[in-house]
Amino acid sequence: MLDLTYEPPKPKVIPGAKHDWELVIGLEVHAQVASKAKLFSGASTQFGAEPNSNVAFVDAAMPGMLPVINEVCVAQAVRTGLGLKAKINLTSAFDRKNYFYPDLPQGYQISQLYHPLVGEGEVLVDMGPGIARRVRIERIHMEQDAGKSIHDMDPNVTFVDLNRTGVALMEIVSRPDIRGPEEAAAYVGKLRQIMRYLGTCDGNMQNGNLRADVNVSVCRPGDYERYQETGDHSVLGTRCEIKNMNSMRFIQAAIDYEARRQIQILEGGGTVDQETRLYDPDRGETRSMRSKEEAHDYRYFPDPDLLPLEIEQDWVDDIAGALPELPDQKKARFVADYGMTEYDASVLTAEVENAAFFEEVARGRDGKLAANWVINELFGRLKKEDHSIAESPISAAQLGQIIELIQADAISGKIAKEVFEIAYTSGRDPAEIVETEGLKQVTDTGAIEAAVDEVIAANPAQVEKAQANPKLAGWFVGQVMKATGGKANPKAVNEIVQTKLGL
Amino acid sequence: MSIDKAQAAHVAKLARIKVEDDALPALAEEFNTILGFIEQLNEVDIEGVEPMVSVTPMRLKRREDVVTDGQMPDKVLSNAPDAREGFFAVPKVVE
Repeated sequence: MLDLTYEPPKPKVIPGAKHDWELVIGLEVHAQVASKAKLFSGASTQFGAEPNSNVAFVDAAMPGMLPVINEVCVAQAVRTGLGLKAKINLTSAFDRKNYFYPDLPQGYQISQLYHPLVGEGEVLVDMGPGIARRVRIERIHMEQDAGKSIHDMDPNVTFVDLNRTGVALMEIVSRPDIRGPEEAAAYVGKLRQIMRYLGTCDGNMQNGNLRADVNVSVCRPGDYERYQETGDHSVLGTRCEIKNMNSMRFIQAAIDYEARRQIQILEGGGTVDQETRLYDPDRGETRSMRSKEEAHDYRYFPDPDLLPLEIEQDWVDDIAGALPELPDQKKARFVADYGMTEYDASVLTAEVENAAFFEEVARGRDGKLAANWVINELFGRLKKEDHSIAESPISAAQLGQIIELIQADAISGKIAKEVFEIAYTSGRDPAEIVETEGLKQVTDTGAIEAAVDEVIAANPAQVEKAQANPKLAGWFVGQVMKATGGKANPKAVNEIVQTKLGL
Repeated sequence: MSIDKAQAAHVAKLARIKVEDDALPALAEEFNTILGFIEQLNEVDIEGVEPMVSVTPMRLKRREDVVTDGQMPDKVLSNAPDAREGFFAVPKVVE
């Protein structure tokens, strides 16, 4: 398999008042499984339904209701594990995590503490061409999501909607391998990208379908390397966990704030308390959730309603055999097959739909040219109007026609942009536009010669100057292009001008 | 392991069960009796024995990924002490 080579990025260094500090970060990412029904009930997972309409009695924890697992949710978690090169555990089991909260009617969350479905894996977090951090995944387990509490609809009561209760989540736990706020955001971005390629999570952060808890600690330069050598966590600082963030920007800002807060405490001679904190985006700071500390005695025990989850190696192999090409492979292939830069390949493979669109444009055509047009013209234009690739008014086949017209020297790059604009706004076919609007490049040497002769005859003074200083010949090329409405082949014009001026 | 009065109070609080102070020693004693029984089980040598999770040789039952349930908010809310505009309404909880 193709692989690009990478150097690890430098860890972020934060200068303190006394000396430098480094960050050590681990994440727990909660990704909503893409499925029609919930993990243990037949209620819908559809977002935005009327409150409490996507709720089965199982979700509402009515007495006597028993959970029955959704096989597709298990397959999705296995698929995600395989996408992260992780070990799949053929036997896993469900446990109850006990706590009281109004949006958790069971009084416990069904989760997998002792025997998770997915074991150790890894993900390559790209930080720029040739630079990537290999982040180890510790485990992925399946669990139920909780409901939603709404605190701001009434001054005296909290409203609870159980639509999200029982929806399947994958909790993806990383090792403390992340060394800066940008890396943390890029890590979440890479997980999101991989899961979107796999179709296992839609990655919609705004709807809360992808959320992250971030563990942050600070240490002195050199401490992390000592931890790597010995595996001894105690050489690292005390960590704090920042809960439940659903935006890349917040993740970065929260880590930045939290690191500075811890550094200030440590440099002031204090100690960091291991605790759970919340990030307040309005104030741009994290604050302690001490009130919930006592609730953190979860009294996990195996869920007596559920037998262990046993899956077969053949079933896992079938899923593995049907995995799509993943971002790293696709990027490496684009670099190798189309001769594009790693940067361009990253842009084109960011979203699987974009990559598919590009490949359709490039099929049987000049790949580098196609990459330039898709990235610079199409993406640029789509971005300006805040459109996704699915909303592109110009199809891959139409953009492909433009590439063909350029490759065949039928139109110049400049005219191609005009054709693109017309096709984009009107939906007309590029080949037809070129024909109807008479935009076809003039390659007929006779016609170009005539135009050159005309310009030379009309400007004897310029002729003299150009003959004295050949650099000025460009002026004639410009005049001829102007006279032909940009349709003349610039290369041919240049050659004829040179000859006619006797340069 | 021995459960004292404070530990019993903690367990009661986690379970949101109100236990009067004078009932705690008896509760702690009951816990200790239960734990004592478990300790006794620990004496059995289970070296190399697979944990048994079920007395019947059953496989965990699976369901298909099909929406077969829900769309009954009235029934779901019918036991709620307070419900408004389709939501459960509960005493204000703020983190």
